[in-house]
Amino acid sequence: METILLFAPLVGALICGFSWRLIGEQAACVAATGFLFLSMLLSWIIFLTFDPGAHENGYYSEPLFTWIASGSLDTSWGIRIDRLTAIMLIVITTVSALVHLYSFGYMAHDENFKEGESYRPRFFAYLSFFTFTMLVLVTADNLLQLFFGWEGVGVASYLLIGFYYRKPSAGAAAMKAFIVNRVGDFGFLLGIFALFWMTDSINFDVILAMGPELAEMTFSFLGYEVNAANTIAMLLFIGAMGKSAQLFLHTWLPDAMEGPTPVSALIHAATMVTAGVFLVCRMSPIMEYAPFATNFIIIVGAATAFFAATVGLVQNDIKRVIAYSTCSQLGYMFVAAGVGVYSVAMFHLFTHAFFKAMLFLGAGSVIHAMHHEQDMRNYGGLRKKIPYTFWAMMIGTLAITGVGIPLTYIGFAGFFSKDAVVESAFAFGGDLGQYAFWLLVIAAAFTSFYSWRLMFLTFFGEPRGDKHTHDHAHESPWTMLAPLGVLALGAIFSGFIWYNSFFGHTDEVGEFFGVEYAEAGAHAAEGEHATEDSHGADAAAPAAEGGDHGGEAAYAEEAEHHYVLIGAPGEGAIHAAPGNDVLNEAHEVPTWVKFSPFIAMLLGLAMAILFYLVSPRLPKVWAETNPILYRFLLNKWYFDEIYDAIFVRPAIALGRLLWKGGDGKVIDGGINGLAMGIIPFFTRLAGRAQSGYIFHYAFAMVLGIVLLITWATLSIGG
Amino acid sequence: MIATDLSILTPEIVLAIYAMIGLLAAVYTSKDGLASTLTYVTAVLFVVMAFYIGVTGGGTRIAFGGMFVDDGFARFAKITILLAAAAILVISHDYMEKSDLLRFEYPMLITLATIGMMIMVSAGDLMALYMGLELQSLSLYVIASLRRDSVRSTEAGLKYFILGALSSGLLLYGASLVYGYSGTTLFSGIIDTAVNGELSIGLLLGLVFLIAGLAFKVSAAPFHMWTPDVYEGSPTPVTAFFATAPKVAAMALFARVVHDAFGGAVGDWQQIVAFLAVFSMFLGAIAAIGQTDIKRLMAYSSISHMGFALMGLSAGTEQGVTAMLIYMAIYVTMNIGTFAFIMSMEKDGRHVTEITALSNFSSKEPLKALAVLVLMFSLAGVPPMVGFFGKFAVLMAAVDAGLIWLAVAGVIASVIGAFYYLRIVYLMYFGAEEDGLDGRMGLVPWVGLVACAAIMVLGVFNLFGVDGLAEAAAATLVR
Repeated sequence: METILLFAPLVGALICGFSWRLIGEQAACVAATGFLFLSMLLSWIIFLTFDPGAHENGYYSEPLFTWIASGSLDTSWGIRIDRLTAIMLIVITTVSALVHLYSFGYMAHDENFKEGESYRPRFFAYLSFFTFTMLVLVTADNLLQLFFGWEGVGVASYLLIGFYYRKPSAGAAAMKAFIVNRVGDFGFLLGIFALFWMTDSINFDVILAMGPELAEMTFSFLGYEVNAANTIAMLLFIGAMGKSAQLFLHTWLPDAMEGPTPVSALIHAATMVTAGVFLVCRMSPIMEYAPFATNFIIIVGAATAFFAATVGLVQNDIKRVIAYSTCSQLGYMFVAAGVGVYSVAMFHLFTHAFFKAMLFLGAGSVIHAMHHEQDMRNYGGLRKKIPYTFWAMMIGTLAITGVGIPLTYIGFAGFFSKDAVVESAFAFGGDLGQYAFWLLVIAAAFTSFYSWRLMFLTFFGEPRGDKHTHDHAHESPWTMLAPLGVLALGAIFSGFIWYNSFFGHTDEVGEFFGVEYAEAGAHAAEGEHATEDSHGADAAAPAAEGGDHGGEAAYAEEAEHHYVLIGAPGEGAIHAAPGNDVLNEAHEVPTWVKFSPFIAMLLGLAMAILFYLVSPRLPKVWAETNPILYRFLLNKWYFDEIYDAIFVRPAIALGRLLWKGGDGKVIDGGINGLAMGIIPFFTRLAGRAQSGYIFHYAFAMVLGIVLLITWATLSIGG
Repeated sequence: MIATDLSILTPEIVLAIYAMIGLLAAVYTSKDGLASTLTYVTAVLFVVMAFYIGVTGGGTRIAFGGMFVDDGFARFAKITILLAAAAILVISHDYMEKSDLLRFEYPMLITLATIGMMIMVSAGDLMALYMGLELQSLSLYVIASLRRDSVRSTEAGLKYFILGALSSGLLLYGASLVYGYSGTTLFSGIIDTAVNGELSIGLLLGLVFLIAGLAFKVSAAPFHMWTPDVYEGSPTPVTAFFATAPKVAAMALFARVVHDAFGGAVGDWQQIVAFLAVFSMFLGAIAAIGQTDIKRLMAYSSISHMGFALMGLSAGTEQGVTAMLIYMAIYVTMNIGTFAFIMSMEKDGRHVTEITALSNFSSKEPLKALAVLVLMFSLAGVPPMVGFFGKFAVLMAAVDAGLIWLAVAGVIASVIGAFYYLRIVYLMYFGAEEDGLDGRMGLVPWVGLVACAAIMVLGVFNLFGVDGLAEAAAATLVR
């Protein structure tokens, strides 16, 4: 079953990509889509029937065949199914299947291609190929296979961003995505090398169990003794930063919106960009023992969440707003992973996939209706024209802004997962926890503002822009609306249904992820026994910790049982180091903390209403009164400009120097000079010596003998 | 004893008697009317003799007190010479007839030259060496001016004669020096005077003069000046002959002198030979670029190729001699094919030798153009043609002997040299549309051309066993 699940999209891609001339365009696209729905069905079966307790260590592997066996490097292709994989499987295949379906409508006519040109089979083949490589990534049971998938999704992303290959901007965006990712991949590769060097293996069952040992190991680099776990975790996270568009390596994601909108929904919202989060969660047994790296993850994650939200406030392109929103939400996920509650990171990944894919597909529907107009300033009043799309977008917005009633189990998907992240950040404690908490809350307010701004600009108010376009705005076909409906279900219910599994009591989470758990007291004793780590002591007194933070440590006493995760590294899908009790503490945060995202959301909503419904002149006034800030945000903190000056221009200059100067002048010039200058000179010389006069010839012979005699007597005979 | 000595010389004696009978017979009968018959009979006799030598010969036999040596090395060289001479005779018949040059002296002179060459490669004494050399040279001087009514041809013969006399003088001077300092003219005696690699200054000077004389015969730079003029002036079949058999003979004699007589002082002559090799390779490659006449171009090409063969020799090892023999065998084959083609180059009923006449040749005669392309690639040493393996053998020999600088120089020279071979290919395939060659090719030259080209391709598999034979031959020379 797992094998069929994994290879069905590949078969679909091959059939669609190579045999559409035989079976026809429509049949090829249907085949690809059909295979993906098969994959989706199997994924849901696996997700719902997977019982971590039934397998040793909470996972099972299906070896396919040996890939590389060289020295101590022994790597085979295999499918590893555990809870992390199962979650990713349904996210990937569901969104992908829906995007395939949606693309039938969205890609039906495209002005970027000439009349009669076949582009749809290529598009579907790329989508299916992407899905295959993404599945390879999440089902990998070793780092090399994961890296294969990692690069595979990179290639697919490159192909799809540059799908409109006649547009120079699309080509540039594709290259940018590829090159920026290369920076991250370099780190990732180094991480793999370092891991192999230290542990002599890249198979998960070996390396994941080595986390605590790695924390004790050091290796020497340029004369410095560096900690193995921290270094490896940092390098792996750099890889994750590239793929998940975290701050400093985020610049490719907004540009990637040059690709068709279904691509943005699938790759740049729901699946590929979350690969980094998946990687960090997958490597949790190592991350847990790398405090420096996890702190760095928190800093970067929170900064990204804040940064991207600020930029999202002022963007006018509907897809770019959502792109920055994605960037921001990825920051949330990394914060959750960084503070050590990997289940919450996965939770947000899970819910985000639904509502963000939905927002993108909704945006695609709007763009489709508006004849590929993407500037929100030219929208307005579309509520009546495209009601289904409007409601879908509304649900997506309610989900992303986290609408729900605090302290209850009522709310949209984003409400549960985002609040879980914010509470976890607060529960992590210390300056770093406070830093992350406040940035995330502010980002939540911004999220609410820009999301509602998008809604109001698009669907409310007076129609703006080209009248003709507005007159012809039409609702999308069912192939585009049906996926919206399915995703809407996910956006509404996914948080509510799986809340306990991801962010419930520790025993429930442990059960879900296949991690052993035990009573806190028993574990504390064990922890002290096993390691001198001071965290062990902290774990013993979670109540005291909670007290420090807000004085409301009631939860621990109220709960009859206080469980903690005690699975050894490598057992179960995620790992919590002894002393990592953030999951429990997150439930014990003060009430005002639990309310804070909700209040932030309301604030953002209120501001958006004020700016875009009540007084539409306000944004302009604000922009004019704060020109510097406005331009700063509009230009995305000038990251592109700075990178252009620091990296791109010098690189181009260096390349030009080596090309024109090194290759052109020195090498070509040298060869050409030799071939066209020096050798012809000698040719002429030889020609002139060949005068035809016999005494010249005799003279040359005598000269030759003189030369030989002189040389022989001086060097040899002497 | 004399009977044994004579029996060792059977092939040479048979050929000599045949030459005299042929001359007399032709003079007293129909003169040039017999030329055609004589040409073919001579060729057949050459092949028979080559066969005879190949079948009957075995071991090392010495005649006339060491003056004449019949060993594997000599036999390899003799068979190559005889087959090359026979091939040239056969493919040149049409050309000679058409140009009204088919005189009965032609096959007879070639026979006499061939006898001279056979004596050269078997020489075990400075006297025998000189005798063979002069017999060969005198015959060649005459053949060069075969076209008596042509100023170019007589000029070629005269130049060749005067410069050849000069080189003979150098050689004789060297021989007398060697005799003076070693007290003997026998190679086996000379080698005893230089046992420990120590040559007296007199012997050294003698060696240098000897080498200079021999270098003239193989047309190694800087003793090459006669080559382009003689090649250009002589009738094309004569040029073809010059470029093949005598080169093998002179190169074999070169090897015999340096190994048989001075094998104990490899270090002394190695550098001189290496110098000649480098100079020849570069001069041949560079000067050929400026040529517009394909015969002159082939002259420089042969200078360059002699440089490569000398590179094998300069290694001073058995492997080096093997490489040199392989190189010469391949070189001869390539040249026979190429000259078979050059002889057929005709335009408006006249023979032409301008390279530009080849323009766009491939569209008219695709098969012939392809054959020439293969030969040119092989001459340039482009893999997978056989020519590459010849170059590879000598380069390996040089590298294994520690002469890496020489090998590097050889590679550079062959890169430069590739230019003019490729230019011919370029002209044939991409040249401007204009009136090109229009002559028809006789069957025999056509077979010669295509067969040589085929050998260049098919020989890739095992070089037709030549490498093994060359190895065995070299083993008898270098001890």
